[in-house]
Amino acid sequence: MTIQEIQNDIVDEFSMFEDWMQRYEYMIELGKTLPLIADEHKIEENIIKGCQSKVWVYAQMDAGNVAFTADSDAIITKGIIAILLRVFSNQSPQDIIDANTDFIDKIGLKEHLSPTRANGLVSMIKQIKMYAIAYQTQLN
Amino acid sequence: MLNIQNIRNDFPILSREVNGKPLVYFDNAATSQTPQIVIDAIVDYYSNYNANIHRGVHTLSQEATDAYEQARQKVQAHFNAKYAHEIILTSGTTHSINLIANGFSAFIKKGDEIIVSALEHHSNIVPWQMLCERTGGILKVIPMNQEGELVMDTFDTLLSNKTKLVFVNHVSNALGTVNPIETIIKKAHQVGAAVLIDGAQACPHIKPDVQALDVDFYVASAHKLCGPTGVGMLYGKEEWLNKLPPYQGGGEMIAEVSFEKTTYAGLPHKFEAGTPNICGGIAFGVALDYMNSIGFDNIATYENELLEYGTEKLLEIKGLKIYGVSEHKTAVISFNLEGIHPYDVGSIVDKLGIAVRTGHHCAQPIMDFYSIPGTVRASFSFYNTKAEIDALVEAVKKAKMMLS
Repeated sequence: MTIQEIQNDIVDEFSMFEDWMQRYEYMIELGKTLPLIADEHKIEENIIKGCQSKVWVYAQMDAGNVAFTADSDAIITKGIIAILLRVFSNQSPQDIIDANTDFIDKIGLKEHLSPTRANGLVSMIKQIKMYAIAYQTQLN
Repeated sequence: MLNIQNIRNDFPILSREVNGKPLVYFDNAATSQTPQIVIDAIVDYYSNYNANIHRGVHTLSQEATDAYEQARQKVQAHFNAKYAHEIILTSGTTHSINLIANGFSAFIKKGDEIIVSALEHHSNIVPWQMLCERTGGILKVIPMNQEGELVMDTFDTLLSNKTKLVFVNHVSNALGTVNPIETIIKKAHQVGAAVLIDGAQACPHIKPDVQALDVDFYVASAHKLCGPTGVGMLYGKEEWLNKLPPYQGGGEMIAEVSFEKTTYAGLPHKFEAGTPNICGGIAFGVALDYMNSIGFDNIATYENELLEYGTEKLLEIKGLKIYGVSEHKTAVISFNLEGIHPYDVGSIVDKLGIAVRTGHHCAQPIMDFYSIPGTVRASFSFYNTKAEIDALVEAVKKAKMMLS
């Protein structure tokens, strides 16, 4: 599936929830199921520092696509990461670079996008795109 | 006895809703809310006498100057400074601290020591580190214990004739601990060191008397005292302020300028370069009047009731731990749920209309001490109620249920 198709799916899924509680409960569930980043990659240089919680993101190339793993010490953040990974992981570097991320607003998580509340979400997306740019440069 | 409902009516923001729920504002340690009377003062200034001060001969300038200088006198009276010119109006606590840290470059030489406490937040650590880097001074830290209190025995051993300045906050922002500043000031003076007390977190709850304390410098911010943001104060003993060099150049701090030599204005203008926050200063004065009309004794008594009630109710939640359990503390409860990240708790309670602070409160050394990523901090003000605390307790229970 393309990044846009995955995003549309996620927006559809979230539109079924009636209130914030269900959305958060779903994200908490997603956070619990997130495959953890390997311990060897849970290191200082892979950390995204926010004021609120820690996030680790690691990327590697897999058959021409970028595969991401990540983790956070906060469960709601982990849920958001799980969604981001579903959107961006195993996509080509160019597609990741070109992708928009307005689905986050559409699924009712706009508050997580504000620079301070972001808890690294904005930085997380930025980091994901940085990895993609780095791999794209290698391909060229 | 305070009539809390009447007081609440003074604050328009307290009747708004957040996420469909009545706002419960428990982030008072970050900033307090603003009563209508202060909002009115701001509107009145811009509607009726907005003008630059100290230099215009026209009527508006005169009116604004009078109001601004009157505000300075209100600050003087509130803190019981000996002279109005010992009060420097700044942009806030951080500005006040930086002003002193910068000025002290002239008095610190290689090997001299500055003592700070383990309970400081970042704006109280970094300016001193910068000062030490400039001068070759050495930073020493008074440690804290598990209860969140300073270890005063160690403070005694840190003091020596090398100590030039001691810097401690009156109240810890992260834990609410009230530090024994009287003892600290006395002991520091015995070795000839100056003392700067950061009162940002104390002033909403305590009315300090700088003469009785015999403190050299005392700083605070208006926005934690029902005033506007962007304005604060620095008290300094006259002799110290005369010794300190100016911080920034320009505007009112100048007496005479030629390209060969500039002479500086006297106190307090020497430290007030540029056009100040005129409206903010005036509103600061009004905010102090407002808080004094309620009375700091009444405020302390009532907030203590809230603290006791909140502590008792929150501790009924299994797995909840409170950080900072000093006998002397202000109405701040910093806590965590076992095994749950403070950010997650904060996110859920926000959805229920409750504003708390989560994170490390810009006091990472304290969080490192407890080996935690941060806390959830509920900080109360005199306009809060026990019913609001009940709402917080319910919200934390719900967060615990969702997150466990």
